[in-house]
Amino acid sequence: MTIERSNSERTVRMAGEYFQRDRNLQPPAYTPNYKTSVTRSPQKALLSLEQSLSELTGPVFNHNDLGPLDHDMILNYAKDGEPIGQRIIVHGRVIDESGHGVPNTLVEAWQANAGGRYRHKKDTYLAPIDPNFGGCGRCLTDDEGYYFFRTIKPGPYPWRNYVNSWRPAHIHLSVFGPSFTQRLITQMYFEGDPLIDICPIVKTIPDEDAIKRLIAPLDLNASIPLDCRAYKFDIVLRGRRSTLFENRLEGN
Amino acid sequence: MVQPLNYLKETASQTAGPYVHIGLAPDYAGFDIFETNFSNVVAGPNTKGERIKIEGRVFDGTGAPVRDVLIESWQANSDGKYNHPEDKQQKPVETDFRGWGRICSDFETGIFTIETIKPGPVPGRNGKTQAPHISLWIVARGINIGLQTRLYFSDETAANADDQVLNLIEQEDRRKTLIAQRSDRDGETVYSFDIYLQGDNETVFFDV
Repeated sequence: MTIERSNSERTVRMAGEYFQRDRNLQPPAYTPNYKTSVTRSPQKALLSLEQSLSELTGPVFNHNDLGPLDHDMILNYAKDGEPIGQRIIVHGRVIDESGHGVPNTLVEAWQANAGGRYRHKKDTYLAPIDPNFGGCGRCLTDDEGYYFFRTIKPGPYPWRNYVNSWRPAHIHLSVFGPSFTQRLITQMYFEGDPLIDICPIVKTIPDEDAIKRLIAPLDLNASIPLDCRAYKFDIVLRGRRSTLFENRLEGN
Repeated sequence: MVQPLNYLKETASQTAGPYVHIGLAPDYAGFDIFETNFSNVVAGPNTKGERIKIEGRVFDGTGAPVRDVLIESWQANSDGKYNHPEDKQQKPVETDFRGWGRICSDFETGIFTIETIKPGPVPGRNGKTQAPHISLWIVARGINIGLQTRLYFSDETAANADDQVLNLIEQEDRRKTLIAQRSDRDGETVYSFDIYLQGDNETVFFDV
């Protein structure tokens, strides 16, 4: 691909391709215990594609896209008070499979309120809407890939899969990375929730360890005394063939 | 004992669920919260190139339209340059050309639309050129990991016949699942592009 010479004479950077996605850790399309996937899953094999500029690039976001309270779900929809529920911080790093922080990448989050109700015209669950809670936020990672949100811990809620199915409390997270190949949407669960083990959506993931990596532990070190607890959730995006240096042409 | 490679593992995907709009397009969910919403308008008025509209639906295995789908599109401008620092071609990119769109289907009809300009051909591998195309990424309830596909244009017959990716599709009649059909509607250029998640017409999806 393209070769770029940096200002320092020492380095030559080559834009490498992204690692193969490990499909053994990712949920397959067809997962009949999650019933909606039955009619929405492609049945033919995916076509493997060599990456081109079309996949190695992707949308770039900057601070002009964001408002000052976008990351603060406690305040960003507050009308006449603060939302009801347990105050929490969700924080962590977006890193790639090589352990490098992914800087300046858009992280978007959405969730139910403390009662398990979504602010969505299609959600008909009888738990009340919280007038002061929108349920969505977004932020850009910093230079090291660090991100954080302040929010209310979401409640579990019922859904139509089995007759008596309840989703564990979770926050949806959407992450971009610098290229279209790294696009990822996932869900963060909370340590200690008994609903995680019996959730058909969690169990679409075939690998036990991959499931554990979606469960955020309580992080008292990042909590704010007498105010707000914290949960830590790191997100790993696909790795990339590392930067080439002219004195190490083989990469890492 | 050999050393371990020590690579981390990619975070597992989970379905975007039925309420993906809350986080990614709250105006579609029915409320206003952000100062700026991302939209299906990929190119602003100062972007040069042929103005086009893309219109289609996503169908499930029963033939029903998926009415809660969210699609993202990614494309080059009419000169064939991506709005990204890694595209090193010596070509301009218009300041109001994002190249990226976020598109929701209509909750009643399932129809989605993209407002954009027709992209130019872009560099492919090994010095070859790719036919003009738009990359698409599809998520919805019941889709466990986002689906990647491409949209090509029916009026690019020669370029399509030469395209490396289209030619990778061994079953030649499946290539047509990636080709949007051009038509004129009241002086507007509309490309029709339906996506089939399953069945005889299943769209070709990629592992990239």
